[in-house]
Amino acid sequence: MAGLVTSFGSGAMTNSIGEIAETKCMLAIGTNTTVAHPVIAVEMKKAVRNGAKLIVANPKEIDLCRAATSFVQQRPGSDVALLMGMARVIVDEGLEDKEFIAERCENFDALKESLEAFDPDTVEKLTGVPKEEVAEAARCFATHKPASIFFAMGITQHTHGTDNVLAVANLAMLTGNVGKTSSGVNPLRGQNNVQGACDMGSLPNVYPGYQKVIDPKIREKFQQAWGCDLSDSVGITHTEIIDAVHDGTIKSLYLIGENPVLSEANASHAEEALKRTDFLVVQDIFLTETAELADVVLPGATFAEKDGTFTNTERRVQRVRKVIEPVGDSKPDWWITCEIAKRMGAAGFDFESPEEIFTEITSLTPSYAGITYERLEGGGLQWPCPSADHPGTPTLHTERFATPSGKGKFMPLEYRPPAELPDDEYPLILTTDRSLFHFHTSTMTRKVAGLEQLDGRERLGINPDDAARLGIADDDTLRVTSRRGEVTVVANVTGACPPGLVSSTFHFAESRMNVLTNPALDPVAKIPETKVCAVRVEKMPGGESGG
Amino acid sequence: MAKVTLTIDGIGVMAEPETTVLQAALAADVYIPHLCYHPDLRPAGVCRVCMVEVEGRGLVPSCLTPVAEGMTVSTESPQVDKVRRVAVELLLANHPEDCLTCGKNNRCELQRIAAYIGIDRKQLGRFRRSKEPIPIDTSNPFFNRDMNRCILCGICVRTCEELQGTCAINYVNRGYKAVTAPFGNEPIAESNCEACGECVVRCPTGALSCKGFQEPTREVRTVCPYCGVGCGIRLGVRGGKIVSSQGDPQSLANHGRLCVKGRFGHDFVNHPRRLTKPLVRKQGELVETDWDEALGLVAEKFTQHKGKQFAAIASAKCTSEENYVAQKFTRAVMGTNSIDHCARL
Repeated sequence: MAGLVTSFGSGAMTNSIGEIAETKCMLAIGTNTTVAHPVIAVEMKKAVRNGAKLIVANPKEIDLCRAATSFVQQRPGSDVALLMGMARVIVDEGLEDKEFIAERCENFDALKESLEAFDPDTVEKLTGVPKEEVAEAARCFATHKPASIFFAMGITQHTHGTDNVLAVANLAMLTGNVGKTSSGVNPLRGQNNVQGACDMGSLPNVYPGYQKVIDPKIREKFQQAWGCDLSDSVGITHTEIIDAVHDGTIKSLYLIGENPVLSEANASHAEEALKRTDFLVVQDIFLTETAELADVVLPGATFAEKDGTFTNTERRVQRVRKVIEPVGDSKPDWWITCEIAKRMGAAGFDFESPEEIFTEITSLTPSYAGITYERLEGGGLQWPCPSADHPGTPTLHTERFATPSGKGKFMPLEYRPPAELPDDEYPLILTTDRSLFHFHTSTMTRKVAGLEQLDGRERLGINPDDAARLGIADDDTLRVTSRRGEVTVVANVTGACPPGLVSSTFHFAESRMNVLTNPALDPVAKIPETKVCAVRVEKMPGGESGG
Repeated sequence: MAKVTLTIDGIGVMAEPETTVLQAALAADVYIPHLCYHPDLRPAGVCRVCMVEVEGRGLVPSCLTPVAEGMTVSTESPQVDKVRRVAVELLLANHPEDCLTCGKNNRCELQRIAAYIGIDRKQLGRFRRSKEPIPIDTSNPFFNRDMNRCILCGICVRTCEELQGTCAINYVNRGYKAVTAPFGNEPIAESNCEACGECVVRCPTGALSCKGFQEPTREVRTVCPYCGVGCGIRLGVRGGKIVSSQGDPQSLANHGRLCVKGRFGHDFVNHPRRLTKPLVRKQGELVETDWDEALGLVAEKFTQHKGKQFAAIASAKCTSEENYVAQKFTRAVMGTNSIDHCARL
C-alpha cells in the first residue's frame, strides 16, 4: 500500500462496495475476484448487468472473464508496461481529464515525460498484448465515467509491486476517477482484518492510525499515553524478521495466528529459520505446521468466541460478537498478550474487555476517534471518522488528497522485469493464485469436511500445449522445481493458463508451493514476488493418473 | 415521484410508482399467496398462484401487474379461488406427502399456501400421473437437490443468473420431465456451481435443502472470518456449537449475500483438533500444561530478549483490539518496533 500513500496520501480502498453497482467501467487487474472476494465479484457482475464495461487484465483467463467486456492477457510482471501504455494512449488521444489534472493533481509533466518510453510497439512487446487491444482498453476506461479500478495481490506481489500500484493511481488520476462516487482505486484486501491490523499499527513503521514512529511529536504522544520510553527507529518487516531469525539476531519470536511454513515465499528458508529460534511462541487455534516447531504453543480463541472489531476492505469498522464460550481452555488473543505483559511487570494491560481496549484505541487514533461500540450497532462506520457526530467516509479524497500538498501526485515510472525470468533450465513461469473453497494456508478451511470434499488437493494449472510437449495429461503427478526447491503436485491441463505459465494455490501442506516461490522483495513495500518465479515441470516417473 | 393510490380488498393503499400489485400488497401487510416471486429477483409470472382480480381487467398475475392510480384489486373471489386452487392442486398432485421428514418442514412456502387455500385431498387424484421417482442429487457436500419436490418456480435459476452471475443451472427437459439442473443434467458437483447456497436459501420447497440442517436455538450477528469483504453473518448456535450461518440482510457490506465459505465454512470452530490447552516443549516434545506455567515461561524468556532480539508477527485474522494490544506490547514492553503481519503475503 506504500504506492497509494505516495500518490494519494492514504493506502486504502478509496471507495465502497456499495458504490460498485453504479459504476460505468471497471478495470480488474491482478485480482481473481470470483474466488478471492466472491461477494465483491457479485457486485461487479451486477454493474455489468446495469450496463457497465468490465475490462479484466490478468495473465490467466480467470472466471471473471466470462462477465467481461474485454480481456487483456498481459505477461506476468508486465503490469507497469500495460498501465503506462494505456495512459500513453489516453494522453496521445487527448482523452485525459484536463480539469481534474489541473485542479487536483501535481507532477503531470513528469508523468508525461516518462510516458515517452511506453509507445504502443514497446508496450506490445513487453506485455504480449496486441497494441490495438491496449488502445481499446484505454479508450474504454477513459470514456466511461465514473470508472473504478480493482486490484489485489496480482499487482502487489512483485519486486516492482509499488510501481504497479503507482501506475494504477496514475491511470485513475489521469481520467479524473478519484474522489467521486463509484470511481477510485480499490485494493481488495485479502484477510478479514488486514485493514484493521494495518490501522492498529501492526506494522514496523507506524503506530495506530499510520502515525509515524520516527516523528518525535507522535512518539512523545504515545510515550505519554503508555507511560514508557519508545524506540525511535523503524522496526523490520515480516520477511526481514524471518531473515533476522535465520541469522540469529532475533532470539525470541512471537507469532500470533501466522503460518509462515506455508505462506512465506521460499518457505524452506522460513522453516529452517524458525527451527533456529532460541524461543518460538506460536499462538493459534490449531497445531499448524508452524506451531509444531514452537517452544510454547498458546491456544487462542476463534472469531466466534470473542468480542471485538474487524475493519473490512472498504475501511468499515464492524462489530465481531461472541457467539459461544472459547472451547476447552483456549483464550482470546487479547487476553493472552495482556497476561504476558502483566507477568513481565508492565502497566497498561489491565483491560477487562475488548471495548476497553477500543476506547484506548480511539483516544490515540484520529481516524477512529469518533467510533464507539454503540455507534457500530448500526452496521459499522467507515474511517476516517474523526468525531462523535461524523458519519464516516464512504469515499476518500473528495475535496483534497491526504498528501502534504493536498494534491494527487503523478509518478513517472519505468518498466522493470520480474526478478526471475524463465531460461533453459527453468523454462516456465509459476504464479500463485487461490481457490474459492480455501483460505490462505487453509488452517480453517481444511477443517471443514465439505470444503475439503469440493477441493482437496493442489493442482498445477498448465496450458494444453505445454502439457502435450511435456507428455503430461490431466491428473498426472508432476515434479515442479525452482532454484529454491521442489514440490510434487497433480496436473490440471487447462486453457486458462497461457503457454509458458503454470499456476497453483498455496493452500495445501502436501504440496508446499511456496517452497518454490521467489523471496526477492519490492524495495519499498517489502513484499515478496510470489506472483512470478521460474520453474521446471516434469512428469514423475510412474506419475500417470490412475484413470 | 408521487405515490400511487389503489384499493386492495377495499383498503386504500399508497404504493411506490413502478411497483407491482403484489409488492404493494405485501408492503401494506396484505398477503397474496405466491411461489415464484422473490423480492431479490425480477418477477417471472410462472406459478400463477398470485392471481388477483382487477376491476375492469379481470384476472391478472399480481407479480407482473404494475400498480396504477385508482386501481381496484380483489385478492379473493370465486374466480381467483378457482384458478389459484387448480394451480396449487397441480403442484401438489405428485408432490411427496412426507412433510414431517422433509428438510424444509415448517419453512416451506408450498405448505403455507396449501394451508391458506385449503386443499381437498380427493381433488388431487384427477391430476396425478404415474411418475418415476427422480434420484436425489447428493453430490454437493452442503446441500441436496431433490427434484421430486421441485415446483419449477425458477427461483434457483434466476438467483444463479441474476444475483450470482454464475448461471450454473437452468431448466432441462419438457413437460412432466422438466427439472432444473446443471448443463447436461449432470450432478451439481460436476458443474460450475460455486456452492454459495444462495439458491438453497431462496428455494420455497424442499427441492433444495441443506444437509443435516438444524434449527438454531439462537442467532448472533457478527462478521465472517474469511476474506476482506467483511460480510455480515448471523451465526446460529445450538448446545454450544455453531450449526448455521446466514447472510445478514442488514449488513452494508453484503446485504445478506454470502459465498460458500461464509455460509458453510464455520465447522472449524468446533473441530476436535482445536488446541484446548497450552503446550510447552519438554525433552523435545510438545506436552500439555496449564496457563500459569506456559505464560510464566514466555514472560521469563521474553524478558531476556528485549529490544533487537525480539520480534512479533501479529495476525490479520485477529481483531483490531488484539492487534492493538500486540503492537503496544511489542513497542511498550519489548522496546522494539519490529512488529508486522501477513499483509504482504
